[in-house]
Amino acid sequence: MWQGERDVTKPENTSPAVEAAGPIFDYEMMIQEDKVHQRLYTEPGIFREELTRIFGAVWVYLAHESQVPEKDNFVTSRMGLRPLIIVRDSQGDIRALYNRCTHRGSTICRQSSGSAKSFQCPYHGWSYFNSGKLSGVPWPEGYACDFSDAKYNLAQVPRVASFRGFIFGTLNLDAPSLGDYLGPVREPINDWLDRHPGGKVKFSSANRLKYMGNWKLAYDNSADGYHVLFSHRSLLAMENRHHEDERKGMSFYKGSPDGAPMYVKYYPNGHHFKDKRPNIENRPGALWEIEGTFPGMEHYEALFRERYGVKADRALDLASSEPVNINVFPNLHILGNHVQVTQPISYNETDTTWYGTAVVDDDGELSGAVDDINTIRMRTQEAFPNFGEVDDLANFEQIQAGLAAEEDEWVYMHRGLGIKDRITEEDGVFTAPATDEVFMREYMKVYKNLMTSTPNIAITREV
Amino acid sequence: MQTVDGSIHTPHYIDDEYYQKLVSDFSGWRRADREVTDPVFRDSCRRFLDLEARFLDEIRLEDWLKLYAPNCVYWVPSSAEGGDPRKEVSISFDDRRRLEDRIFRLSTGAAWSQRPTSRTVRLISNIEVYATDQLEIVMVRSNFQTTEFRAGETRLWSGRYSHRLRDVGNEFEILVKQVNLINYDQNLRNPSIIL
Ligand code: FES
Ligand SMILES: [Fe+2]
Repeated sequence: MWQGERDVTKPENTSPAVEAAGPIFDYEMMIQEDKVHQRLYTEPGIFREELTRIFGAVWVYLAHESQVPEKDNFVTSRMGLRPLIIVRDSQGDIRALYNRCTHRGSTICRQSSGSAKSFQCPYHGWSYFNSGKLSGVPWPEGYACDFSDAKYNLAQVPRVASFRGFIFGTLNLDAPSLGDYLGPVREPINDWLDRHPGGKVKFSSANRLKYMGNWKLAYDNSADGYHVLFSHRSLLAMENRHHEDERKGMSFYKGSPDGAPMYVKYYPNGHHFKDKRPNIENRPGALWEIEGTFPGMEHYEALFRERYGVKADRALDLASSEPVNINVFPNLHILGNHVQVTQPISYNETDTTWYGTAVVDDDGELSGAVDDINTIRMRTQEAFPNFGEVDDLANFEQIQAGLAAEEDEWVYMHRGLGIKDRITEEDGVFTAPATDEVFMREYMKVYKNLMTSTPNIAITREV
Repeated sequence: MQTVDGSIHTPHYIDDEYYQKLVSDFSGWRRADREVTDPVFRDSCRRFLDLEARFLDEIRLEDWLKLYAPNCVYWVPSSAEGGDPRKEVSISFDDRRRLEDRIFRLSTGAAWSQRPTSRTVRLISNIEVYATDQLEIVMVRSNFQTTEFRAGETRLWSGRYSHRLRDVGNEFEILVKQVNLINYDQNLRNPSIIL
């Protein structure tokens, strides 16, 4: 599996406009111990700065290797708003090319995925190899310049690396290595992958959603155990209407969720993790038992029990939703069996794409059950986007609407703050009961630090 | 809106055979030699689709569900024509029980994506009817445009419907409704109404 970070060849440092202007917002005032200012969500100028100081400064998730499995495969993506083509080039190297013609700036690739050895700009026909190198321009005799000059090759993200199939990139030459950036959040990602044969998944199609609200509303929510019983009340009622014991789905939030074995963890660099696995017995079949009803459930369960005997429970668990939320700052969420990607569009518009994942069984570990597992898994993955996420997104939009009350300045994130022995900390990792907001407070400190620093941003080009 | 009572435990008909048949029923069915051009029959199909649209617009969801066969599917694919739902997550793929669940959820009063409830007006046009191998079953293709007003904003949903209908005497029942949104591959804002 491709993992390495390529050597940076001749980075060109850049000086975006906001860097020249210097900070104009008082982040020290706006991000306090127990609260943040509404302007972080409502101010277009702050969003403009985030594109440089967050999305230009840290490792941003770009794509998954299963979307570019073969040489010459590509998928388009974005880093903040920068349009990118993530390509496995003809040599097999993964690159993040700027989807921006070096002539007059048009995007060169307008297809969301495919296979191409080269890209031709539709506007005046400049062509580029999938390494980013210019391959030719129409009627070159009309130019006095030397087109072998690297400045005519496509810009690229100078640092691209992948962790177990997840491809990240950063423009910041001073950022730590991807491994150091991720740090201990790699543990739950490893666990999540290792429950699958071969320790991997492949992407399938996606449930694609959008909300008219700031992207941080999704990040604030992603490990929030406080909202579940309220925002998802209709989903919980629906999932349990067929079952007298009422244990389906996220029912373990009922009663006193802070007393339940689940917990929330905050990791350095803004990542966090809600682990609901301790609520469930650690034995084959336990996950399947709390899966909500879905089309085909009874048929496939009977089929699995008949066909796979003692292995049936493991197979059914693989089709069931894994009770974790792993959040990698700023735009990657691994939850249930989904890989959810947050794409900011503007200060008040965000796309949230829920990629379904499928099991791959290269070594035949599952005795031929893999196709049936994936059939079930497609259906189980449709439930939350249809019946859960839509309600959260409606609530995010209503936060955005509420925050228009500009004199009422503060958004509180102080649940758990100041309560003795509630939160433990070790090496920058905080652990707290499920509904605690410690993860928001801590990631906002990282955010404040980033928004008041100047990243060492560069692009590179083939030579 | 009331909750749907009765028939919660419907037969569990979604199995491999069902999927296989679904995929084959929804490929290559629009054949010129099978088009039903009889205006009276085509008008009865049109009136049936209009009735379905009216029940949805009036949020009479229990009446709406009565138009569906006990072993029905409501399918909004995430790919252009709907590939194989065993290999793709769909925007929605509901069997009868999941449709009942969907209606139940909307009736709880806590489905925040539908509080306030959307007001909709559906226009259906360009109806084409095709015969199938089974005498009593037809496929009906139509274009739709649904205007949705909710929380102060008006939005538009557009696409094509493919209804697989069984002729049961002087009425129809819906075996499958496939909804092909023109923006099936885009990020959708609040897709919580039944299309
Ligand atoms: S803008 Fe691309 S060739 Fe002119
Ligand atoms: Fe939620």
